[in-house]
Amino acid sequence: MDYATLLQVADSTVRLSVPLLLACLAGLYSERAGIFDIGLEGKMLMAAFTSAALAAVSGSVWIGLLAGIASSMLLAGLHGLASITFRGNQLISGVAINFLASGLTVVIAQAWFEQGGRTPSLQGAARFEPITLPLAETLQGVPVFGPLYAELISGQTALAYVGFAMVPLTWWLLFRTRFGLRLRAVGEAPEAVDTAGVSVIRMRFAAVAIAGVLCGLAGAYLATALQAGFVREMTAGRGFIALAALIFAKWRPWYALSATLLFGLLQAVALRFQNIDIGTFTVPVQFMDALPYILTVVILAGFVGKAIPPRAGGEPYVKER
Amino acid sequence: MSKMPKWADIVLIPLINLMLAFALSALVILAIGEDPVEALILMVKGSFGSTYGWGYTLYYTTNFVFTGLAVAVAFHAALFNIGGEGQAQLGGLGVALICLYLPWPHWSLALLGAMLGAAAFGAAWAAIPAWLQAKRGSHVVITTIMFNFIAAALLNYVLVNLLRPPRAQDPSSAKFPEVTHLPTLHDILSPLGISFSKSAPANITLFLAIAACFGVWLLIWRTRFGYQLRAFGKSEPAAIYAGISPTRIIMITMLISGGLAGLMAVNNVMGEAEKLVLNATEGAGFIGIAVALMGRSHPFGVALAALLFGFLYQGGAELALWTDIPREMIVVIQALVILFTGALDNMLRMPLERVFLALRSEGK
Repeated sequence: MDYATLLQVADSTVRLSVPLLLACLAGLYSERAGIFDIGLEGKMLMAAFTSAALAAVSGSVWIGLLAGIASSMLLAGLHGLASITFRGNQLISGVAINFLASGLTVVIAQAWFEQGGRTPSLQGAARFEPITLPLAETLQGVPVFGPLYAELISGQTALAYVGFAMVPLTWWLLFRTRFGLRLRAVGEAPEAVDTAGVSVIRMRFAAVAIAGVLCGLAGAYLATALQAGFVREMTAGRGFIALAALIFAKWRPWYALSATLLFGLLQAVALRFQNIDIGTFTVPVQFMDALPYILTVVILAGFVGKAIPPRAGGEPYVKER
Repeated sequence: MSKMPKWADIVLIPLINLMLAFALSALVILAIGEDPVEALILMVKGSFGSTYGWGYTLYYTTNFVFTGLAVAVAFHAALFNIGGEGQAQLGGLGVALICLYLPWPHWSLALLGAMLGAAAFGAAWAAIPAWLQAKRGSHVVITTIMFNFIAAALLNYVLVNLLRPPRAQDPSSAKFPEVTHLPTLHDILSPLGISFSKSAPANITLFLAIAACFGVWLLIWRTRFGYQLRAFGKSEPAAIYAGISPTRIIMITMLISGGLAGLMAVNNVMGEAEKLVLNATEGAGFIGIAVALMGRSHPFGVALAALLFGFLYQGGAELALWTDIPREMIVVIQALVILFTGALDNMLRMPLERVFLALRSEGK
């Protein structure tokens, strides 16, 4: 494998990692605050559809992005209503949200655009275009680093840069601010936070809302940056891979980055090479598809370091009287 | 003393929740410019208006009874098995191997063999998440989700690389031998003088599903193990104090749950397709969640809810055929049913409890 191929695989890895990363961070905020979120997939799918639809109609990707975020936040609000206000089962709520998005996107897309459940192809300003960073042209001639800078670091879309910037931002917000301390505390010992006079309900809603925004970004990235338009079920299980990455990362932001890059790499390799020959043995492409899930099960089994979720995760908070 | 009379809990609340789900679905249909009343009439006609419609409705119902029971049994032990989809797919693999590679003299023996294969494969697929939950404390919800994806990849591999006959294009197994074909409702009913559509897929597995409902009822409310299972589901510490082993309960419950999900394959793989195709379950494993919630995890409720979803599925197919409402509309209805009967249950329960308490204090 030569350097150019390597760069292409790396570039593809980065592109495929971005939606995983954004969704994974979304799950991180939510679950750190004690709200399990298996509805990442649905929120992404909803955002992918609304962003593509609005971008196609208005011709502006930014309007699409805002609409995508809004639709994802609407579903996040529903999740909050069910699991925080009405103390329902968070897992069941997540399942419902996934189905709701899966059905609604196709039903609305079909009624709106009549193209078999897809949106029209996005062109020009209705899509996120790659951003060429300064000096990418001039540095092209520099050996090794030049192509790396031009191909991999430069030339990503705005949302990709936002995604990667979210990692240090999330770390700082969660571990260096009062808000973050409270958010984490709400997921570990909500009664303590309540005793300190901070509203558990409000903190959890804030976390769920942030998750909505991030899933919105992830969905919009899929439909308006990675691809040019919405097709049915376009998230293709990414929400669950993000969930797997979150467990893999043990609910920590920097580890989330490496976990999603790893799973992105697996997707990129599966996409490019299909079946991989290792001498006499062939690794089937299906194995590459299943690898993120298998790795997560191994991690969950605690054979490679134990993944311990936030202590109050999944339990509705009931104020003592 | 409970806050609400029992009839309100098991009849009134699910009914109102269902009405809410249907009302919202009607709004969606209105919003896409179709007539919900006309749609409903079309659905009822399409699913109950002919023996052909009944044949499909009951075929879907059979699928959903199995996956619904699978989720319901696990619910009683406070376990949430989202893996019905994967377990049913593996059950299909079991059925295919049994039907393809063993020489069966008669369909009845093949049916027994296929049931064993389906249940064993489904149970095996549930065994690993169960063991991980019991021994390593990893949440069964997450592991069963992961196992759904692993099952999909595994079946894809097996169908494309191993079971596909040489020179075939589609990723599906060879057709099962003639002798393993199950009698359809037409075959069963015509000797009795009842004419039933020949082309509808409902088959003898329907009676297996009814038997499974009865069996699950016996297991949960009439056996020692069922008592332990419910005790564990209500309170794990209390169950441990009473000498009930959590590992044993989790393992056996999940094996039964996975086995029931796997049994669905007798209906769709052996009874309908008569070969193993890619994604044979078509989401029936997930419908089981809605069915179990709707049916309050009671086998009788599960059977009714399965019939409701059988109607929605067949009616939805008719809608897609005759109107501009796409098939995915059923997914929306399914989501709303899960949302209202599952996640938003308290939304209705809290105010209703207050109403009943008020009525009761007035009556005194």
